[in-house]
Amino acid sequence: MTAAPPAWIEIVVAVLLLASGVLSLLGAVGMLQLRSFFQRMHPPALANTLATWCAALATIVYFSALAATLVLYPWVIVILLAITAPVTTVLLARAALFRKRQIGAEAPPPLSGKT
Amino acid sequence: MSPLFSAAISATLACYALAMALATLRLLRGPTAQDRVLALDFLYVNGMLVMLALGIRYASGMYFVAALVVAMFGFVGSAALAKFLLRGEVIE
Repeated sequence: MTAAPPAWIEIVVAVLLLASGVLSLLGAVGMLQLRSFFQRMHPPALANTLATWCAALATIVYFSALAATLVLYPWVIVILLAITAPVTTVLLARAALFRKRQIGAEAPPPLSGKT
Repeated sequence: MSPLFSAAISATLACYALAMALATLRLLRGPTAQDRVLALDFLYVNGMLVMLALGIRYASGMYFVAALVVAMFGFVGSAALAKFLLRGEVIE
């Protein structure tokens, strides 16, 4: 645990972390700039998927180099987000659709036949 | 830890902070309630990413547990708020 990891490990981890930061920033800019709510739902998925994958991969690489064995537990966060993020997205989309229809705003029509 | 690596982590944290500031702007401005819930969910994910970056910065595994807890509570909060917007109550 005391020995510092070699330089190339630090370079890989730094590149992954910077990619994660830039992707997360991109998601925030998109969420601020897009016009309608259904468009705004998309950019945060960038932070949920790619940014989190990059950060978790950086954690895996760094702690594997520190411990000199394969450390895979940071991937639990990716699995957790892969399960939870779609649930939140679908619930929010349905809530937005319901509220839009209730106030009579322009909303996508229901599917043919069933509601 | 080399100074370049330390600077890279600082830049990453700055990116996360800027993203959280933009999301806060959307949270305050958001025309509808669902915009605010979306921004709050994004803030939670960014807080989790900050925890992961800090864990690398201080080479400590405890930050990973904090990140896991933040991710889990973020999901519970967002799902409860979305359910409230959908039905008017959380638990029926």
